[in-house]
Amino acid sequence: MRIYLDHNATTPVDSTVVDTVSNVLRDCYGNASSVHTFGQSAKALLDDARASVAALLGAKPVEIVFTGGGTESDNLAIRGAAGVSSPSGRRHLIASTIEHEAVLNTIKDLTRHGWTATYLPVGASGIVNPSDLETAITDQTALVSVMHANNEIGTLQPITELASIAHTHGALFHTDAVQTAGKYRLSTSELGADLLSISGHKFNGPKGVGALWVRRGTRLTSSLTGGRQERNRRAGTENVAGIAGLGVAAQVAVDKLPGETSRLRRLRDRLESEILCNVSGSELNGTGQRVSNTTNISFDGIEAEALLIALDLEGIAVSTGSACSSGTLEPSHVLRAMGFSPQRAQSSIRFSLGLGNTEEHVTRVVESLPPIVSKLRQLSGRHASRT
Amino acid sequence: MRIVAAMSGGVDSSVAAALLTTDGHDVIGLSMQLYDQVNGKYEFGSCCTLDDLADARRVAVRLGIPHYIVNFERQFEEHVISHFVQEYVNARTPIPCVQCNSDLKFSSLLERARGLDADYVATGHYARVAKLSTDDGSDIYQLRRAIDDNKDQTYFLFSLTQEQLSRACFPLGELTKSAVREHARTYGLNVADKPDSHEICFVPDGQYADFVESRSPEISTSGNIVNHAGDTIGQHAGIHRFTIGQRKGLGLSSDKPLYVTALDAQSSTVTVGPRHALERTRLTASNVNWILKAPPHGAHVSAQIRHHHPVALCRVWADDKELELEFDHPQQAIAPGQAVVIYDGDLVLGGGWIE
Repeated sequence: MRIYLDHNATTPVDSTVVDTVSNVLRDCYGNASSVHTFGQSAKALLDDARASVAALLGAKPVEIVFTGGGTESDNLAIRGAAGVSSPSGRRHLIASTIEHEAVLNTIKDLTRHGWTATYLPVGASGIVNPSDLETAITDQTALVSVMHANNEIGTLQPITELASIAHTHGALFHTDAVQTAGKYRLSTSELGADLLSISGHKFNGPKGVGALWVRRGTRLTSSLTGGRQERNRRAGTENVAGIAGLGVAAQVAVDKLPGETSRLRRLRDRLESEILCNVSGSELNGTGQRVSNTTNISFDGIEAEALLIALDLEGIAVSTGSACSSGTLEPSHVLRAMGFSPQRAQSSIRFSLGLGNTEEHVTRVVESLPPIVSKLRQLSGRHASRT
Repeated sequence: MRIVAAMSGGVDSSVAAALLTTDGHDVIGLSMQLYDQVNGKYEFGSCCTLDDLADARRVAVRLGIPHYIVNFERQFEEHVISHFVQEYVNARTPIPCVQCNSDLKFSSLLERARGLDADYVATGHYARVAKLSTDDGSDIYQLRRAIDDNKDQTYFLFSLTQEQLSRACFPLGELTKSAVREHARTYGLNVADKPDSHEICFVPDGQYADFVESRSPEISTSGNIVNHAGDTIGQHAGIHRFTIGQRKGLGLSSDKPLYVTALDAQSSTVTVGPRHALERTRLTASNVNWILKAPPHGAHVSAQIRHHHPVALCRVWADDKELELEFDHPQQAIAPGQAVVIYDGDLVLGGGWIE
């Protein structure tokens, strides 16, 4: 039995989503922009999906722009807001240091084109302090972007408070909610943001499809130019099957909330406390309030990469942090931003739970870890004494 | 038995892994990522590029074995690249493959393998390890040349210790290269006809001088080219661009061919002379490793002073740190920084680094 504990990287696709996608691919091949019946049935699927996604986010359907995924949503939000504000002279951007690369590298790119940026720190708790935003924000700030929950450690950020500070200074507020959409029933009005990114495959939907929620009245330039799809915000023939799948995934999520959230929280809490208790030298990364499914733990003296492979050979799939940064040597920018040493950052493992996980899975992980960790420690001790 | 196969994506290591699976072993493929492949710090040579990693992955899928990429950039920098650059700075001619074998594949990678409960690390080297039992019941390990003379790679493996050899597995030692390619085709591996790599993997297109300069900018100080009479007969653009015995690229006009006969890092001087000035009958080497023990003083052995170079008969005087050789016949172009590997027939006795 293989145990999948990497749901923050991606999730298994729900079977009703699979059926929807394949049915639409087979039967509804019309172009949603076409006037005839084929086009109309495709358009109807987009409408249904838009309503479902809006329901998940507590938003209006008209505010949903379908995209090619979370990264594209982040790009559209940041570049789109920057593009609108550029003539007004606001050329300053603010983000947290623990944002996903989709946000950080988009802002970095804009700083090569005349924009300036300020990055908000997080402490060892992994949470942005609103007073740091108060200090950083100016009347030149066009956009503040702070993620809802961090993908590596799961900490939840004080979005409502941050958004209100941004608005006081006339700036827009974007939140990357890729790790909370589908895990919680979100309320865009409560959050108070102007722009919110989600990604289908993080909540049992298909890959390559996502959405940006754009508060009604928020102006954005399109980052893809071309046809007039998505009310001029995202050119290109719609990925009807993927979007229909996203819509069904949103419905499934809404149906299962909030029961699933609390079930995952219980599983996560048990996994976390039993690891911390049974494995010496293990420490929790991110002590602030967290999303229900994520725990990130460092194992002193262990190379996370070695532990990940050893666990995979036991049939347990975890990750060393963001899947997008795997394969690079750089220690996690999130854990570094929290003030942890490169050694600690490189000895950290993320466990992220999802729909299919059970108590039995947790038991197996908790039992498998201690012997693997002690063997790896023994070997690295041997290596250190030799050199 | 669980065995880690070091997979570079080339035909040799792919077939090595394949043969082990056929023998019924529990094989885990590991590929080493040795330098940043994304941010363009280096352009790439011929081994372990992203395409090679993809080839390794495809072979692993074909063989139905698990495969992982392990990141050894830090270790590679520390043990291989920095030494490589420093040797050129010292006007020596390094061979980084030796360190890569003893300090990465049979060190960091071996440690990873042990962590995964694997008993051995298998590579696609053409070499043989033989386990012998001694009278006192302990095991000793011999390193022997491969069956395929032409492909033998023991020159790059002389620095392995008994402990490392006890964990080494060379499935290709008894095979010829053509047989290996034949196996690759039989297994249906997509790398069956992939060309061999000959260059230093982290140096693109053999442009090692550019690489050294990029890593050690202060090195490219020019200097004089002098002849054996001490006359300055030209200028050069950096001592790291030369190696003992080099004839091409000197930028000199002369009626007789001239060769680099000596390099002095301190004064950045390149000395050139006629071919016969390259001849030496003695050499010394340091940082010696003996596979079992040093041969008796004055023992008649054979020595190889470069990869793909015929062995030469000689006598050896050695201890555990240094060795001195006296060749029966003068040898040409003995280059400091290269390895000298001592053989008794096809048995590797050990070797050291030429001073």
